[in-house]
Amino acid sequence: MTIDNSTESIHTVEAEAKKRGFGAWLSSIFENKYIGLVALGIALLMPFLIATPYALNIMTTAAIFVVLAAGLNIVVGYCGLLDLGYIAFLAVGAYTAGIISKAFELPVLFTLPAVIVMCILAGLIIGAPTLRLRSDYLAIVTLGFGEITRITANNLTITGGPSGIFGIPGFLVIGHIDFQNPVIFYYLTVIIVAGLVLAAARLGRSRLGRAWKFVKEDEDAAEAMGIHTYKVKLLAYIFGAVWGGFGGMLFASHLTAISPMSFVFLQSALVLMAVVLGGMGNMKGVVLGALAISLLPEFLRDFSSYRYLLFGILLVVVMVFRPQGFWPPRGAEAERTKAERELAALANGLKK
Amino acid sequence: MSAVLEVRDLEIAFGGVKAVDGLSFTANAKEIIAVIGPNGAGKTSAFNCITGFYKPTGGSVLLNGVDITGKRPADIAHEGVSRTFQNLRLFHDMTVLDNVRAGMHLYGGQNFLDAIFHTPRFRRSEAHYTAEAHYWLDFVGYRGRRGVPIRNLSYGQQKQVEIARALARKAELLLLDEPAAGLNHSEKQSLLELVRRIRDLGTAVVLIEHDMGLVMEVSERIVVMNFGKEIADGTPAEVKANPAVIEAYLGKDDEDEEVPAHGDA
Repeated sequence: MTIDNSTESIHTVEAEAKKRGFGAWLSSIFENKYIGLVALGIALLMPFLIATPYALNIMTTAAIFVVLAAGLNIVVGYCGLLDLGYIAFLAVGAYTAGIISKAFELPVLFTLPAVIVMCILAGLIIGAPTLRLRSDYLAIVTLGFGEITRITANNLTITGGPSGIFGIPGFLVIGHIDFQNPVIFYYLTVIIVAGLVLAAARLGRSRLGRAWKFVKEDEDAAEAMGIHTYKVKLLAYIFGAVWGGFGGMLFASHLTAISPMSFVFLQSALVLMAVVLGGMGNMKGVVLGALAISLLPEFLRDFSSYRYLLFGILLVVVMVFRPQGFWPPRGAEAERTKAERELAALANGLKK
Repeated sequence: MSAVLEVRDLEIAFGGVKAVDGLSFTANAKEIIAVIGPNGAGKTSAFNCITGFYKPTGGSVLLNGVDITGKRPADIAHEGVSRTFQNLRLFHDMTVLDNVRAGMHLYGGQNFLDAIFHTPRFRRSEAHYTAEAHYWLDFVGYRGRRGVPIRNLSYGQQKQVEIARALARKAELLLLDEPAAGLNHSEKQSLLELVRRIRDLGTAVVLIEHDMGLVMEVSERIVVMNFGKEIADGTPAEVKANPAVIEAYLGKDDEDEEVPAHGDA
């Protein structure tokens, strides 16, 4: 069969872009490959604009929230597993970091290997039995596990019971630089979070990330292509858990105190909301969603007791008018160039 | 030469209904086998048993002499079986290229650290995936856009992509479930020619099809099923002359007497 590529309509891509006008202009900004760097630059410049302890506290909290949303996006956005107990991994990370650093008088950073190991274990323990279930059942079981984790922390002596753990040592001290200083800790958090967001985004564009998306879209078809759907789902869960663990470690050293009250269901729901609002599966959108969810209540503080009402109304409005989220995945990639096409045609001709 | 696929007395029952009841056939490399039969004869059930989506209640499936009966679909795919589905099962929100890349999952070539740090190994393997995807899309004669989500494509194009995805698996055995359904005449002609080119790659092709003209023209051997039972297995000419096949498709003589002949209508 001759391969006639003349009908392969590359030129229509540009034609379409011209037609859409404002939308195209907007999407050219949003799809710019440097947008992540710009966002990082803004985050790094923020302390120069506003450096009150209150502002730094909010911004650090928001950055930690971003890493949670990035982790949950791996589970929900990429792999399509509805997890209603994601905050359990934040708890596992935070408690591991808190307990070990306090017991051994270690800087929190040194607890990182233990945090990762514990989160992988937690991911396996929660994921292994539940991931054989399909969507709705999975949601209910993860909800249960989230609550079990919180109630366990509430009742064990090692976790400090309802009052939790306080007086967690600082993150790290090198010479005269104390990373616990709010400005330095903010920068540290932003750098770690940026790295984790980038890593999660890159995972999404790899063989494993594609496998997650195949499983999300059609489990049977993925299975027929040789993808072990159970293993792939478990991997998504474990990656999500590790991202949550990083968040927990930062959370513990940011607040220096943790208690079961920080890990209630509402927190799981808020992280999930950030993912859905931002655009499931698109890491950039999810970061935007996380910032919106964590910062909006602060901007709405002027409305005092009505702020959560307003917040709720805003969420409903967004979901009605943009159910796919602010910034859903684009689902498009580069076409073949004309040269590549001709080269391929030539190579195929030779093979025949 | 041993057969690529050997199905022995395959049997599956759903409750009291035996959807497949004693099906046996073989498929060799470079051979096109068609499985035909009236609706509900158990053809797709047989495919699902071979590919592991159903667990057979009896009999065995051998691939190159290795027993794969009752294994998981992913393991069976690993052993060298690829398939398409009766009603397209593509990944609708993903691009054409990504859909074809799904067939290459078993190529490996990168791990998660490669992906996170964008190592040269990662770039190489991604470039390889993309080149292969284009190659198989060219092979099936797909001429549409490739960077757009699959849901924007016409039905015929989606069918082509699904075959490209199955081919990208580079399996020794390819199962096509009604590849010609919903295609127009010229598309069927290209399909016919495509199936032959797939066979020439050295693949054993087993297809389920309703279009008799296509089946008679393309297949080397035909297996006929009715009510789960295998009623014939032979060359197109043999099958055409087989009284049991004629009966299954046209009904018994005494039934004809109850129904007015077509000429009267």
